[in-house]
Amino acid sequence: MTTESELELVSLTKRYGDTLAVDAIDHRFPAGTYSCLLGPSGCGKSSTLRMIAGHETVSQGDIVLGSANITDLPPAKRGTAMMFQSYALFPHLSTADNVAFSLKMRGVAKAERLAKARELLALVDMADYAGRLPDQLSGGQQQRVALARALITSPSILLLDEPLSALDPFLRLRMRLELKRLQRELGISFIHVTHSQDEALALADGIIVMNAGRIEQAGTPQQVFDAPETEFVARFIGGHNVLQAEGGTIAVRADRIAIARESAAAHLEAVVRDVEYLGTTVNIALNAGNAGDITATLPDSIFFQQPIEIGETVFLSWNAADAHRLAA
Amino acid sequence: MTLKGLISASERTSWLLVSPLVLILAFFLVLPILTIVVVSFWNYNEFTFFPDFIFDNYAYLLTSQVTLSTYLKTLKFMVLTWIFCTAIGFTVAYFLAFHVRSLGAQVALFLLCTIPFWTSNIIRMISWIPFLGRNGLANSALISMGVIDEPLEWLLFSDFAVVLAFVHLYVLFMVVPVFNTMMRIDKSLIEAARDAGANGFQILTNVVIPLSKPGIMIGSIFIVTLVMGDFITVRFMSGGQSASVGRVISNEIALLQYPSAAASAVVLLCTVLLMIAVMLRFVDIRKEL
Repeated sequence: MTTESELELVSLTKRYGDTLAVDAIDHRFPAGTYSCLLGPSGCGKSSTLRMIAGHETVSQGDIVLGSANITDLPPAKRGTAMMFQSYALFPHLSTADNVAFSLKMRGVAKAERLAKARELLALVDMADYAGRLPDQLSGGQQQRVALARALITSPSILLLDEPLSALDPFLRLRMRLELKRLQRELGISFIHVTHSQDEALALADGIIVMNAGRIEQAGTPQQVFDAPETEFVARFIGGHNVLQAEGGTIAVRADRIAIARESAAAHLEAVVRDVEYLGTTVNIALNAGNAGDITATLPDSIFFQQPIEIGETVFLSWNAADAHRLAA
Repeated sequence: MTLKGLISASERTSWLLVSPLVLILAFFLVLPILTIVVVSFWNYNEFTFFPDFIFDNYAYLLTSQVTLSTYLKTLKFMVLTWIFCTAIGFTVAYFLAFHVRSLGAQVALFLLCTIPFWTSNIIRMISWIPFLGRNGLANSALISMGVIDEPLEWLLFSDFAVVLAFVHLYVLFMVVPVFNTMMRIDKSLIEAARDAGANGFQILTNVVIPLSKPGIMIGSIFIVTLVMGDFITVRFMSGGQSASVGRVISNEIALLQYPSAAASAVVLLCTVLLMIAVMLRFVDIRKEL
């Protein structure tokens, strides 16, 4: 049932009373891709996901999946499945019964639905835990079970609400790889809500950066990271300096800023305030007077050829192609 | 040597910390029960009772046909009360927990439920009498509406009246624990069930009821113990026509047959403890406490 179907949002709007949570957004999610809705809390990303899932009514606009308008369909009739932030496993049911839950609701016979559940538990490497209760599983294991439960209906789109936020950093990296692998193997679309830039950059084929109910920028991770279009994106995605230049605001990546001790062809003069050694790179915090605070990132090999001291005055420059003009 | 001294010091502190509770329980719970058990083996005549060690009280109690029939009657009251209290209590708690959205409204409605319980049991019970009596409000309303021609006799001083009063008195003991359990059900579980295609009824039977079981069980324990031990409700609402275990004990005390009453009390206590033990085998309520 994993049909190749793309999802389209058409001026999708969500109002809570007078507050506008999602403001007429348009976006097309290509079939079989991994997309991340990225933004700070309260930016409307979760509301958007919940509207796609059918757990939130749509105030205005449409959600189209393939050739069907699914705006007003109940959650289970949409071809989507949702994985909840806290996993929402049923505490009174075994792992296998949790996974088989939706089949039970459809009246599938017990032997058949448990066989199917075992299949999905094997897919997420949890076959040995079929008889356990959720309480007896670790956070990472609970997440695998929640994944299996969401996938048992063979959805064409899997919706993930901050799936990695409850895990410790080590497990987060491992599950991140696994989510991506699973998406590649199943060939269905994943839409993943997160407030972590790293997560979005590492996972997504397409990133949608949201702020105040609107889409600030949508594109490949490379497009979004390398060429932010607005000041918000440049600041939120990180690794950028936002500077006032003639004719408007520009963003320059921290690792594209060259530091020299001579003033030849320099754009800015700055005083070194702090030096932070991060292993492969060194972050240098600079005070550039009117231009504000700037961070420059140097590879460690370059830095240690000619170490820079705190309090030194240095000259900063960058290639014209690395300066991205930002929309107001 | 010093290690040993340390351990005994910390042990001493522990004993000191638990001793107030131990003393209270010993004085107010263990001692009275022991007294009852001891007295149940004493002997009595028309004028007094005196220390002895006889089994006559138990022998009479356990072989009497009256005991069996009063127990059956009391069990019948208990089962009927439990059925109605569970049905009403679960529905009220479900409405409060899942249909009332704002916490403020939930608290307000919950307090509203408790208002009738600010007056004494007996007043609440007696207030049914003018309502249910032969010429009471219920009968006159039904007659004036033309539903019945003759006053209904079974409304008051009947088993119906007893069960009605029990349900009225004890339904809150079911509402409170069930509501408490339901408030702890993660709302995302309901969404997850809906996401999996469950309809409202399936959510109720597959998610809400199984997760409310500990609350239902705690409420059931309250109702079982309260109804099994009651004597005043049965006397008032049946007009003295129905027997119950509690009434038998109260009559025996009125006749100064304390040893016999004590034996009845011991048997009742064992019966109720047995029932609760059986109930606890089905549901684990520990995580609710």
